[in-house]
Amino acid sequence: MGTTTDRGKLAFVIACLALLAAYPLVGGKFGVDLVTKIMIYAIFALSLELLVGGTGLVCFGHSAFFGIGAYAAVLLSPQGASPSLLWILPACVVAAGVYAAFVGALSLRTKGVYFIMVTLAFAQMAYYVAHDTPLGGGTDGIYLYTKPVLGPLDLDSAGGIYGFTLACLAAVFGALAVLSRSRFGRALAGIRVNEQRMRATGFSTYPYKLAAFVVSGAIAGLAGFLFAVKDGFVNPELMSWHLSGAVLIMIILGGIGHLRGALIGAFAFSLLQEFFKSEAIFGAFAKHWTLGLGLAIIASVALLPRGLVGVPAQVRGRLTGRRGSAGSGGSHG
Amino acid sequence: MDLATFLIQCLNSLQYGLLLFLVASGLTLIFGIMGVINLAHGSFYMIGAYMAFALAPVVGSTFGGGFFTTLAVGTVLAVALGYVLEWVFYSYLYEREHLQQVLMTYGLILVFEELRSLIVGDDVHGVKPPELLSGTIPLGELMTYPVYRLFISAVCLLLAGGMWFVFTRTRLGMMIRAGSTNREMVQSLGIDIKFLYRVVFAAGVAIAVFAGMVAAPVSSVYPGMGGQVLIICFVVVVIGGIGSIRGALVAALLIGFIDTFGKVLLPQAAGVLVYVMMALILLWKPDGLFKAG
Repeated sequence: MGTTTDRGKLAFVIACLALLAAYPLVGGKFGVDLVTKIMIYAIFALSLELLVGGTGLVCFGHSAFFGIGAYAAVLLSPQGASPSLLWILPACVVAAGVYAAFVGALSLRTKGVYFIMVTLAFAQMAYYVAHDTPLGGGTDGIYLYTKPVLGPLDLDSAGGIYGFTLACLAAVFGALAVLSRSRFGRALAGIRVNEQRMRATGFSTYPYKLAAFVVSGAIAGLAGFLFAVKDGFVNPELMSWHLSGAVLIMIILGGIGHLRGALIGAFAFSLLQEFFKSEAIFGAFAKHWTLGLGLAIIASVALLPRGLVGVPAQVRGRLTGRRGSAGSGGSHG
Repeated sequence: MDLATFLIQCLNSLQYGLLLFLVASGLTLIFGIMGVINLAHGSFYMIGAYMAFALAPVVGSTFGGGFFTTLAVGTVLAVALGYVLEWVFYSYLYEREHLQQVLMTYGLILVFEELRSLIVGDDVHGVKPPELLSGTIPLGELMTYPVYRLFISAVCLLLAGGMWFVFTRTRLGMMIRAGSTNREMVQSLGIDIKFLYRVVFAAGVAIAVFAGMVAAPVSSVYPGMGGQVLIICFVVVVIGGIGSIRGALVAALLIGFIDTFGKVLLPQAAGVLVYVMMALILLWKPDGLFKAG
């Protein structure tokens, strides 16, 4: 990939972040809350993209790390007093990372579909611990009464949590973009393309994969922490396989192999949901919104084989009369 | 646990395991032979269960038949559904990446669930077992066991035997096995592989729908039943080894016993036992118990 495309990507991402930063000036209460939620999903999707697009490991149990981050935020918060963001945020991220280290160390022994199912199994175990033991408060979940504070930053206000989530999103995106261009990121890309050859050139691939898994789990934990603070509430559904599936669908819809894909996919999936749920457009039929969402997803598979991120290349290919060939390989960004 | 209770739980485990096997066998076939991750497979089970509920009055008034006629009509409809679905949605997925298949079949789940909601509604329904099989047989002095559950086990065993026969003893089975190993070679030998795939897919769908119809009287019919079955069936498929029918049978029975006895002996941990077992088995044998091919 040349520098122009890299610059184009950078411009696109900065434009997106600027738009998001300006949104609270025009968006109402509902809109700000919705976009906060979508940005949290975007962080979650970015964490999974590191594994799926960056390393070639399809994890179907990512909601466990999201859920552990969220539960840690609630369980570690002291009664009555607001904890400092400085210790509770790292604590939640580390909690998710530790579980990711445990799950990764074991499940990376398997490959392909077996890996998908082992990660699901570990997520289901976490789900049942939250669901069936006194620790997790059962199906009803637990409330978080004391939001963390840091100086003047008030995470209890809609604007505060919005700004903080946006900052986290920008930081995670930047960190992952740098990571994918580092020696570590190149090694992960090598593992994705041909693990056998990486091993033959002298890389011990297992530690690299495990490190990617832990980093990914920790970022998912960050997303979970933000979710718990935003809603002030956690329940076992945060760890259910439905959420793992939904986040996987987001990054496939956006386009695997691009960090932008995770961002676009999270927004596209959530906004499609809101669109088909909208009673203003569909009237009484809005109750059956999943039908429209399902048909939209099927259409996207049929028409956009490289995901939403591949649309410009596809259009360019159509205009110049050739089939576009961009989108595969190249740098991760 | 006394002997009669133990016996009843064994029969329940067997019936649940065999039913799981029916659904999972279609999943493992479509997966192992055609290489398609079919998330919508659980929906076929759901469709079957709803057919048993919604089709019965229609079939009753048209053909004057009861439960068994409904079964037959439902199976025929399922074959047609599978054939058309393969043609319209799945046939262009073979060349795509697995994740694209995941995305599309996820879309299909949403469509099927919502169509079900539009046509039949979101209520939970019960289906009565047929008059002929609604009795019970005595077990021990105090316990009885419903005949219908025995009927389910028998039908499943019969189908499992039939599948084994088709796969290992017929020309069609030979072609299917060859097609799963080398698609191009089979095609160049003059066998219509596209038609073959369509047949396998239709058969997989029909078996899942049939399992749903047969299970309806014991499990009741409710929204979301497809998703639950799908996940457990994927567990069965990977424990058994992808593409292996024999593996699916062993894994399904294993899960049937663990789940049923888990609910009786360790009710707090029942939900998680199956997954613990899957994790242990895959850590011990990373390719499942019986790897096909």
